[in-house]
Amino acid sequence: MGEWWTAVPTETSMGSYEISSISHVTMSPSRQNNLMSMYSSAGLSKSSYSVISAFCTEDNIPQCISYISQELASLGLSSTCIKASSPGGAGLDTVPALNAMYELLQIHRRNMCTLEELEKEQLKKSNTLEQMQMSNSRLKDQLELSIREKSGLHETERQLHLKIKTLQSCLKTEKDEVQKLQSIIASRASQYSHDAKRKEREAAKLKERLSQLLVERRDKKLAIDVLNSLGRSDGKRSHWKTTKVTASHEDEMYKSLLSDYEERQRALMLENTELKKVLQQMKKEMIHILSPCQPSTRGATAEDSQADSDGEEKAGDSSREMLDQSCEHAREQLTNSIRQQWRKLRSHVEKLDNQASQVQNEMESNNEVIPKEIHEDEMEKMRCEVQQCKEFIHTQQLLLQQQLNTSFDDETAALLNDCYTLEEKERLKEEWKLFEEQKRNFERERKNFTEAAIRLGREKKAFEEDCASWLKNQFLNMTPFTDRRSCSSSDGQSALSIRSEPEMRMSSTKAQLAKSLTYATVSTPKPTQSASVPSTAELYRTLRLMPDSSSSRHSHRGRWQESSTIEGGDTRVKSKTRVRCGNIFSLGEDENSLT
Amino acid sequence: MNFSELFKQSNQLCKVSPDGKYLATCVQYRLVIRDVSTLQILQLYTCLDQITHMEWASDSLFILCAMYKRGLVQVWSLEQPDWHCKIDEGSIGLVSSRWSPDGRHILNTTEFHLRITVWSLCTKAVSYIKYPKACQKGTDFSRDGCYMALAERRDCKDYVSVFVCDDWHLLRHFETETQDLAGLEWSPNGCVLAVWDSCLEYKVLLYSLDGRLLSTYSAYEWSLGVKSVTWSPSSQFLAIGSYDEKVRILNHITWKKIAQFDHPATINNAKAVVYKEVERRTAVGSDDLSLHNITIGTTLFNTQSKYEICPLPVQIPVVKPDPDRANPKIGVSTLAFSSDSRYLATKNDNMASVVWIWDMQKMNLEAVLEQTSAVRCFQWDPRRPRLALCTANTKLYLWSPAGCVSVQVPTEGGFQVQSLSWHGSGDSLILLGKEQLCLCFMDTDQEDK
Repeated sequence: MGEWWTAVPTETSMGSYEISSISHVTMSPSRQNNLMSMYSSAGLSKSSYSVISAFCTEDNIPQCISYISQELASLGLSSTCIKASSPGGAGLDTVPALNAMYELLQIHRRNMCTLEELEKEQLKKSNTLEQMQMSNSRLKDQLELSIREKSGLHETERQLHLKIKTLQSCLKTEKDEVQKLQSIIASRASQYSHDAKRKEREAAKLKERLSQLLVERRDKKLAIDVLNSLGRSDGKRSHWKTTKVTASHEDEMYKSLLSDYEERQRALMLENTELKKVLQQMKKEMIHILSPCQPSTRGATAEDSQADSDGEEKAGDSSREMLDQSCEHAREQLTNSIRQQWRKLRSHVEKLDNQASQVQNEMESNNEVIPKEIHEDEMEKMRCEVQQCKEFIHTQQLLLQQQLNTSFDDETAALLNDCYTLEEKERLKEEWKLFEEQKRNFERERKNFTEAAIRLGREKKAFEEDCASWLKNQFLNMTPFTDRRSCSSSDGQSALSIRSEPEMRMSSTKAQLAKSLTYATVSTPKPTQSASVPSTAELYRTLRLMPDSSSSRHSHRGRWQESSTIEGGDTRVKSKTRVRCGNIFSLGEDENSLT
Repeated sequence: MNFSELFKQSNQLCKVSPDGKYLATCVQYRLVIRDVSTLQILQLYTCLDQITHMEWASDSLFILCAMYKRGLVQVWSLEQPDWHCKIDEGSIGLVSSRWSPDGRHILNTTEFHLRITVWSLCTKAVSYIKYPKACQKGTDFSRDGCYMALAERRDCKDYVSVFVCDDWHLLRHFETETQDLAGLEWSPNGCVLAVWDSCLEYKVLLYSLDGRLLSTYSAYEWSLGVKSVTWSPSSQFLAIGSYDEKVRILNHITWKKIAQFDHPATINNAKAVVYKEVERRTAVGSDDLSLHNITIGTTLFNTQSKYEICPLPVQIPVVKPDPDRANPKIGVSTLAFSSDSRYLATKNDNMASVVWIWDMQKMNLEAVLEQTSAVRCFQWDPRRPRLALCTANTKLYLWSPAGCVSVQVPTEGGFQVQSLSWHGSGDSLILLGKEQLCLCFMDTDQEDK
């Protein structure tokens, strides 16, 4: 009981909460009773009695009454004050007492309800808390893991840094080494070259000395022994060494050099003229190519281009004339004109390319356009031809074989057989090719057919849908609920129609109804609402309850049910009782809905 | 194709006279002159010692025989067998002896390259050229025989002297921009002198006849450089083979590189034909192992070989050179243009069994000949685009744009072709073994067909 004492003031302090709590309290009296009985049956029966007996005895009734009235006043129930039926008597004025009792009971019930709500809330909260804790712990784990990872990465990074540092130091040492070695090499090279020079000088000195010694010794052996001197190979006598001779040598040398250069120049000139010729020819051909094509390709600008080409031709002629002068100006002009022509040719070729591609595209499109009949006809014709050819070949073969059998010996026969097999192979190959082509055609046709079939299927489906919608309309017009449906809220109907559309199409209307009913009884909040449509339709109408609010409330309850695992049958009972109970609070609810 | 019988020779000294009429061979200390067409001995000269060098004069009238060990040179006349000439270099020694282009002077290089002595056979006069440089190719005469270029070394600097061969007048003397000059070569038209540095530095310099520097070319730095240099007969191209296994072709107008020929280990070039020599041992049946066959002997061990065209890509055997040894066996060491300048044959030293033939018109690889053994020598026919090569076995190999053949030399006693040289007419080929030689006559009629 002490619990209740403490609970009450909090309830009173929450004045604003009252309305909502009222709207929430949907307990049936029966359940209240149950609850009460449960309370009374459990421990209360003993302890409360003993307490009550201790509180009020025959002797202290007035004190008790005054006390209770005080208490009631303090609870804010002063209007219905409990008074003794007769001052100082043991009797009690029943009406206010009962009223007070009733109010107390109401308060108690309200408290119970809020308690229940709170408990629910609490459970939910605890659940969410648990979840939160779980996710928290999970996140913590993750955090820890990532921290660990991070530290690991840090470690590897540090190691890598260390490695880099060591490698850098290694590199540095290597570089130093390289530098050192290079300097060593350089010093060695200089040393070597120095030594080499020194040795060479020594050797030269030695050689000098040696030759000097040999000359001084007047080597007797050093001699030439010729029977008689020979004449010069050219038959001339030798000349005195004079400045004139040396000058002539110089002359000779320069002459030979000059002749060489002249020859080289001649060769270059020849090459040059050849190249010029080629260039001229190229140019001429380019002009030739460009000029007749331009009118056809450019069309509108034909005249201009003609003029251009004329001008160029003139320029070409002039350049040709100037070529012989072989001056820089002419060369420049020539190269310029060639360059121009080349540019033109390039653009022309590009244009041609484009045209070719266009033509090809057109051709392709034409190919696609070729009607099927013509194609078939052609195919038929070709088949006929093939057949004819086959026959022809066959007869030829037969004739040849006959000839063979009669006239030739085995060897030639074998040879010819080989020929035949080869021929046969060729023929078979051709046939195979033909068959391939046919196969391809068939496949194309098949594809067309399948596409058509798909289209047909789609159309059929659309038709069926139309049919179904029509049937549905028909059925809806026929059913006895039509008037009710029309007056009941449109939302519910639309929802119903949407939900049960597929089933509508599949089965008859009656069966559908039954199905929806059975479906509703199984579970899920929304179907239960729909299930209650036919059975409690009248009730709805009389109560004018908004289906949305009820459904939302129900769904709320449903979730609670799931968590508390109460059987579906029980919930159905509850829902019914709730609806009945709603009768009492209908006024309040209406007000809610109105506001 | 006909082969002569074998003749004796020593030191591989065997040369056809410039007019193509005579064949001179040295056998120990004897010099034998034969008629090329009949192979009959025309003259026989006896020298004072074993001949170490022999050379025809340009007019085919005289032959020089040098005995380096004794410091002696003997000259013989074909027209006057009694005429004789002996040049004694004395105690100063002799390392090289050669004719001047006029055939009347002999240039002797003394030991230690102290000097070059020019002996005149006309006047008995002697002149000295000091400070010749000891290098790969220190002297070169121009094709027309007018000028001689000589590399010199003075005061640790390289110089080139150009002499007029007529009277040994010093025409030009100039310093070259080389660290250590390795060689020089006149262009066939005699107007440009190509000078290249030693292998330590890739540097090719081109000088005009009057000593002007025309151009300098360097493909790369810090690596072993030029290994061989050759002019095309038309003087149009200068081919430079180097240690990086590439050949670079310079043109004669701008002296810039116009092409580069790589020698890859894997041939993927679809334009090239790869001929691979395939040896096929003659199957010896039990019946053939009779005494008769064994006595014949040599043919039993000879293998037949033929060329097969390999489908691409082809992997070529590569020998990795020893990096610790000097003059590593890597890089293009041999370059040869065909007489019409149409083809270039090259050999890369770390692919010793392969000869590469490049088309100089299309500037790409024309053919690759992969032999079973290392190629010893190859030479172009002086008249036709035809390449002859030998690999120190009993076969002669010929390539022409039409195809490739391997010919067994039909001689006994294991004659192995060590080197070969064409007759000036391109009708015959001299095959040199270790101690023998053999003439191979091309069937000119068939060729014409």
